[in-house]
Amino acid sequence: MPSSALAREEFARHKQTNVMLARVAGSLYWMSRYLERAENQARLIDVNLQLLLDFGHVTDEQLKAHWLPIVRSSGDEEQFFQLYTTADSESVMEFMTFRLENPNSLISCISNARENARQVRDQISSEMWEVLNDAYHYIQGPGAKKIWHEGASAFYDEIKRFSHLFQGITVSTFSRSEGFEFIQFGKYLERADQITRLLDIKYHILLPNAADVGGAVDTAQWHAVLRSASALEAYRRYYVADVFYKKVVEFLIFDDSFPRTLRFCAEEMNHFIELITKAADEKDQIAPALERFEAFLVRLATLHVEDVFGQGLHEFLDEAQVEIGNIGGHLYSTYMYFPPVDLQAEIRFHQQQEQQQQNQAA
Amino acid sequence: MDDGAETPQPTQPTMLFDQYQPEDFFDEMFTRGHIVRPHYQAVSDALNAVSAEEFRSRQTAVETAFMRGGVTFTVYSDSQGTERIFPFDCVPRVISAEEWDVVEKGLIQRLTALNLFLHDIYHEQKIIKDRVIPPQYLLSAKHFRREFMHFEVPKNVYVHICGTDLIRDKDGRYLVLEDNLRCPSGASYMLENRSALKRTFPELFQSAGVRPVDQYPAELLKVLQYCAPANFRGNDAPNAVLLTPGVYNSAYFEHAFLARQMGIPIVEGRDLLVRDHKVFMRTTAGLVKVDVIYRRIDDDFLDPSVFRADSLLGVPGLVNAYRSGNVSLANSIGTGVADDKVVYYFVPKMIKYYLGEDPILPNVDTYLASEPQDCAYILDNLAKLVVKSANEAGGYGMLMGPWAAKEEIETFRKMIEENPRNFIAQHPISLSRHPTWCGDHFEGRHIDLRPYILCGEKIVVTPGGLTRVALRKGSLVVNSSQGGGSKDTWVLKA
Repeated sequence: MPSSALAREEFARHKQTNVMLARVAGSLYWMSRYLERAENQARLIDVNLQLLLDFGHVTDEQLKAHWLPIVRSSGDEEQFFQLYTTADSESVMEFMTFRLENPNSLISCISNARENARQVRDQISSEMWEVLNDAYHYIQGPGAKKIWHEGASAFYDEIKRFSHLFQGITVSTFSRSEGFEFIQFGKYLERADQITRLLDIKYHILLPNAADVGGAVDTAQWHAVLRSASALEAYRRYYVADVFYKKVVEFLIFDDSFPRTLRFCAEEMNHFIELITKAADEKDQIAPALERFEAFLVRLATLHVEDVFGQGLHEFLDEAQVEIGNIGGHLYSTYMYFPPVDLQAEIRFHQQQEQQQQNQAA
Repeated sequence: MDDGAETPQPTQPTMLFDQYQPEDFFDEMFTRGHIVRPHYQAVSDALNAVSAEEFRSRQTAVETAFMRGGVTFTVYSDSQGTERIFPFDCVPRVISAEEWDVVEKGLIQRLTALNLFLHDIYHEQKIIKDRVIPPQYLLSAKHFRREFMHFEVPKNVYVHICGTDLIRDKDGRYLVLEDNLRCPSGASYMLENRSALKRTFPELFQSAGVRPVDQYPAELLKVLQYCAPANFRGNDAPNAVLLTPGVYNSAYFEHAFLARQMGIPIVEGRDLLVRDHKVFMRTTAGLVKVDVIYRRIDDDFLDPSVFRADSLLGVPGLVNAYRSGNVSLANSIGTGVADDKVVYYFVPKMIKYYLGEDPILPNVDTYLASEPQDCAYILDNLAKLVVKSANEAGGYGMLMGPWAAKEEIETFRKMIEENPRNFIAQHPISLSRHPTWCGDHFEGRHIDLRPYILCGEKIVVTPGGLTRVALRKGSLVVNSSQGGGSKDTWVLKA
C-alpha cells in the first residue's frame, strides 16, 4: 500500500462519527436550565431578604405580602401551603432553598442539574462536572443548613458563584459543537423566562394606596427588582438619574446589550436556534414555531415601553412567557426528545421476524 | 500507643514503618525479617520522609478529590442510593519487572487457551469428545448459549476484555482465583487510582520507574475497532458505542469514564433501535448505524425478544442483528460458560490440551461437589473450607467455613446436597498482605490483584491492574460491596 493511502487509513481510524444522541441533547439542555434557575432563585431570595432589612419592623401581614409573591412566581403556592401554615422569611426561604418537595427549590434545581450532567458525564468536561458535583455536595451536605443559618447571604452568594463558575468553565472547556448550542439555548431560555417572572412579582406586590407610587417603598422595590436581575449597576450606567419604574421595565425588557434582559436573551435564543436547526432535516416540522418566535422578536425590537403599559405589564409578561415556552417546547420535541419505543411491540416485531426466518429456512 | 505521646520527641522523627509487623503472612513489602524487599525500596524511602500527620492530610485530600470528581459507586443495599467513594489507600502495591514478566506470560497463555476453548465448545467440542472435560459440566453450565453453536464471531475473538483475579499464597506464589470473562469491571479505578496517587504523592514516582497504565482506553478502542463486523465497509472508523444499563447501575461511573476516555458515545438500550437486522442509535440527526457495541450488560439482559423478556435494559432484535453479522459485541455472547467456577477447575487441563504447555499461573486447588469423592470430603470439612456457588460474582453466594456460624454451614450443606453441580470448595488461602493506612499508622491488610487483559489483533496485558484490599482487620473479602478498598498498582520498568 502506498504511504499516502496508509496515512489516509490511519486518519480514518481516528475519525469518529460526530453525532449526538437526542437524549444527550436533552440532558445538556436541562442541566443548563436547572443551574440557571438555581442562580436566579438564589438571587431573588437573597435580594428580598435584604430588602426586608430596609423596612425595619414589619407586621405578619406585611411579611406575608412580601414573601408570598415570590412563591407564587414559580407557581408553587399550593405545594407551599401543604407544608407550611404561614409565609414568613424562615418558611419561604427554607421552602425555596432546601425542600425537595418543591421542584423549583435550590436543592431540587441543583440535584436535577447534576443528575442530568451524570447522564451525559461522558460528554461534558471533567471541570464542568466537578463544579456541579461541588454545588451538589455543598447544598446537600450536612453543613449546608448551618452555613445558611449563620449567614444566608453568604450561602446564596456561593450558589451564584457555582453557576458563574460553571458558565465560565463551559465556555473555556467545551467544544463549540451541537452540545454547546443546546447548553446555551437552555440557559438563555431559562433566563428569559425568569426575567418575566421577576418583573411580574412586582405586579403582585400591591402598594397600600395609589399615592405610594414613586414613594420610598416603591422605589426600594424597583431597586430590588434590578438587583434580582443583577442589573442595578448596568441600569445606573444607562440612566444616570434615580430608579424610575418605567425606565426599569424598559431596561429589563428592551435593552439589547445587557445579558439579563428579555430582549437580549431572546436574541441569543434565536442565535442558537439558527445553529441547531441549520443542518437538520426536521426544519419543516418546526417552521411555523420559528416564524412565530421571529414575530415575537420583531415586537421586542419595535415596541415602546408605553405600549407595554398600554397593554398591561402583567398581560405582556404572560404573553412573553407563552412565546418562550412555545419555542422551547417545539425545539425540545423536535431535537431533544424521542418518544420512547414501545418495548412490547418491539419484542413482538422481532420475535415474528425471527419466526419467519426460521420458517423460510425450514 | 498512648505512652508514646508522653515520651519526649526524639531527635530522629519516628518513621512510618517502625512499628509495622508483617506477622505470619506473606507481606508484599517486607520479608519476614522486616527487611524492605528491593523493589519497594524507593517507596519505603519516600514514605519514611513523610510524617504521620502529613500522610493523614494527604490521605484526606485524595478522598475529597474522589468525592469531587464523582468517582463513586452506588450502594444498592442502601435505600437512598447513597454514593460512596471506593476507599483508596495511598501506599502503592509494587510488582517487580521479573515478577510481572511471569504474570504477563501466564495471563496471555490463559486467555489464549480460554478463547480456543470457547471456539471449540461452540463448534466441534473436541475437548469433550477427547474426554478432557466431562460433557455434563458444559451442557449444564448456566451461561452456555446453545443458540450460538456454530456461530462465527468476528475475528474469532470471544473474550475481548478479561479481568482475571490473582492472589498470592503464604509463599508468595501467584494463583488464579477466578476468570472474569463476561463484563469485568474496575479498569477505570486502575486509571483513577494512578492519577490520584500522582497528584497526592508525586515524589513517590520520582525514582521508582513505574510503567504507565493510561494507554488502556486507547488499546481498548483499538480492540473494539479491530473486531468490527466482517461486512463492515466504510471510510471512517467503525462506529463503536458503550452500552450501559444506565445511570443507576453501580458501575455507571466506570462506563461514563471509559466512554469519555475512548471518545465513543455511551448509550442505553432505549437509545438503540434494530431495523433490517442492523442496529441504529437515535441521534439529533436521525438514525445512525452502530457497528461495535462494548456492552456492559450481561447476556440475559441484552435482548428481551430472545433472552429475559422482562429486561428493560436491552435492545429487542440485537441478538439477531449480531447473528446476522451486522454488529459486533464485546465480549461475545456465551463467554460466561468459561468463567463458571466448575469449568474453572478445568482451565489448567485446557491449557495443556490446546497449547501443549504447562500452566504458568496455577489454579487454587479446588474440589468439585459434583464428584462423589470430592463431595464427601467437602461435606465432612465444611467448617474448614471456602465454598463458592458456580455462577455468583462479587463475593456473594459464598461460605467462608472457618468464620461462618453453624446455621450458615448447615444451610450450605443442604444447598450442596440438593444441587452439587452448583458448588466448588477450596481451602482458604492466606492472601498476601500489604502495609495499609489505618487512621494513624500502617497495618498489614490482605490484598488481591485484577489485571486487565485485552484481546484484539494480539493479547495485551496492561502493566498494572486493580489491587483490592480488605480494609477490615483480618478480613479476606476484598469486594467493594463488602468493605474493600483499592490501591494503585505499580509494575516497575525492567
